[in-house]
Amino acid sequence: MESTLFSAGEGLRVAEGSRGSGPVAVLADPRMQARRRRRQRGLFLIFRLAALVNGAALLAVIAFVAVRGLEAINWTFLSQPPREAMTQGGILPCIVGTIGLSLGALLVAFPIGVASAIYLNEYAQPGKLLRLIRLGISNLAGVPSVVFGLFGLAFFVTFLHLKVSLLSGALTLGVMSLPVIIGATEEALRAVPDTYREASLGLGATKLQTIFRVVLPAALPGVLTGGILGLSRAAGETAPIMFTAAVYFTPHLPSSILDPVMALPYHIYVLATAGTDIEATRPLQYGTALLLIALVLGMNLCAIVWRARLRRRMG
Amino acid sequence: MKESRKKKVDSGKVDAMTKKYKAVTRQLNFYYGAKQALQEIGLAFVANQATALIGPSGCGKSTFLRCLNRMNDLIPGARVEGRVLLDDRDIYGPQVDVVNLRSRVGMVFQKPNPFPKSIFENVAYGLRVNGVKDRQYIDDQVEKSLHQAALWQEVKDRLNDSALGLSGGQQQRLCIARALAVEPEMILMDEPCSALDPLATQKIEELIDTLKSKYTIVIVTHNMQQASRVSDVTAFFYMGRMIETGPTDMIFTRPHIKETEDYITGRFG
Repeated sequence: MESTLFSAGEGLRVAEGSRGSGPVAVLADPRMQARRRRRQRGLFLIFRLAALVNGAALLAVIAFVAVRGLEAINWTFLSQPPREAMTQGGILPCIVGTIGLSLGALLVAFPIGVASAIYLNEYAQPGKLLRLIRLGISNLAGVPSVVFGLFGLAFFVTFLHLKVSLLSGALTLGVMSLPVIIGATEEALRAVPDTYREASLGLGATKLQTIFRVVLPAALPGVLTGGILGLSRAAGETAPIMFTAAVYFTPHLPSSILDPVMALPYHIYVLATAGTDIEATRPLQYGTALLLIALVLGMNLCAIVWRARLRRRMG
Repeated sequence: MKESRKKKVDSGKVDAMTKKYKAVTRQLNFYYGAKQALQEIGLAFVANQATALIGPSGCGKSTFLRCLNRMNDLIPGARVEGRVLLDDRDIYGPQVDVVNLRSRVGMVFQKPNPFPKSIFENVAYGLRVNGVKDRQYIDDQVEKSLHQAALWQEVKDRLNDSALGLSGGQQQRLCIARALAVEPEMILMDEPCSALDPLATQKIEELIDTLKSKYTIVIVTHNMQQASRVSDVTAFFYMGRMIETGPTDMIFTRPHIKETEDYITGRFG
């Protein structure tokens, strides 16, 4: 890499030095051209490798977890509650809990997020209020997840008396995924050409009709992406739910939204750090992790397929 | 040829005297924030005629066009002074419903901008947002509008296909059909052919000629030949002012003002 950059600098000096023979001579110089080609090839290789690292990292994580976790996964693991102080049995309550928590979070955050984004992008007047709201949203995105957990504990669990429950957890996760959903939705709305809005208004549509009949449908794929991102984030978080929704162990499935639940990420954390026999439960830990990844990827996949179909339908 | 051309101009003059003006602007000023974009524009549009607005880029002709259906209301910081009368009523008056106004004054834009919906739904859109529920009426109106826009033959077998699959020229005619479906009284066209090839342009021009019998048309164009082909009256804009207006023949053959002559003969702009 160093030599590529170095030779580039040299090329520049040659070009300057040979000014007497005119710029055309420099361009025609085969040595100079070869150098430029080499430099381009070298840098492009670096970019390509950088891009490959991403894919490789994902594959590595999945492969690592899959190799170790696959042996733990069987029907009992998926359909039974834990037994023998969580060293045996399955993780059904965790699966149900995580699905409940993330769908609940989406239910809370998606309508609020999309509505906020519509307000911000479609008809908020620029000014102090708008700046304040935007500042709030971007700061919300920067708040560490454990702070959301503490906030949930103080506000939903204690102040609103919702107890440690599915509801408290879903609300906390919802608040946390709001900025993600707002950001993605706003971006999708911004990508809708203004000419659509003008055409609609020009036909005598109201602003509301324009938003619901033209802008939102055109932005829907992007809005869904926001939903997916929010959902995945909510499904994988541990800190926001450890004080608000998740419990160490419960063999029962939640019967109401005010019941506490077990959850996959928290279960992994518990097994790996505070379990009764950490070494013996390694396969269970990896199995749980594998399931969590599969769940998140599965949800993403569903939404991606849905989005692709929507895009196709719009031509 | 020359005879008939002459006759047309004369009949236009008679029309102007006997027929009512469809729309009139009086001392219209327009500001983008502190910047004044239009100065004291006074223009009258005779019903069932096509008026061409010409002038160099940035002269204010598009801004003026967008004052006629209050499309400029959407721009933050924009301000209008003066009057725009449609059938003798000020469209900037306090009682005017802008949404209703825009269904009376249709608009076709520079770039074809069909919605990402089916061909049928594009044309039906204006009816639907205006609360029409009668399916038979919508069907009839869609077909009629597509006929009027000379597009029916090309799309009648694929009304449910996406409008985005049409060619640029077809898309623009679809946008015209979409505007016609709500039966406006006036149609504003903002350089409707600038993104089209010569053949598609020719089709749109023929269309404008037939649409004149039912609608009052105002068209912004950069193309001098187009202005002389499609319009009865031409108005020349320069630096936010309306410099000269008159029957198209006169403007293109013996303009009274030097700037107009310089522009149409290609000496600037």
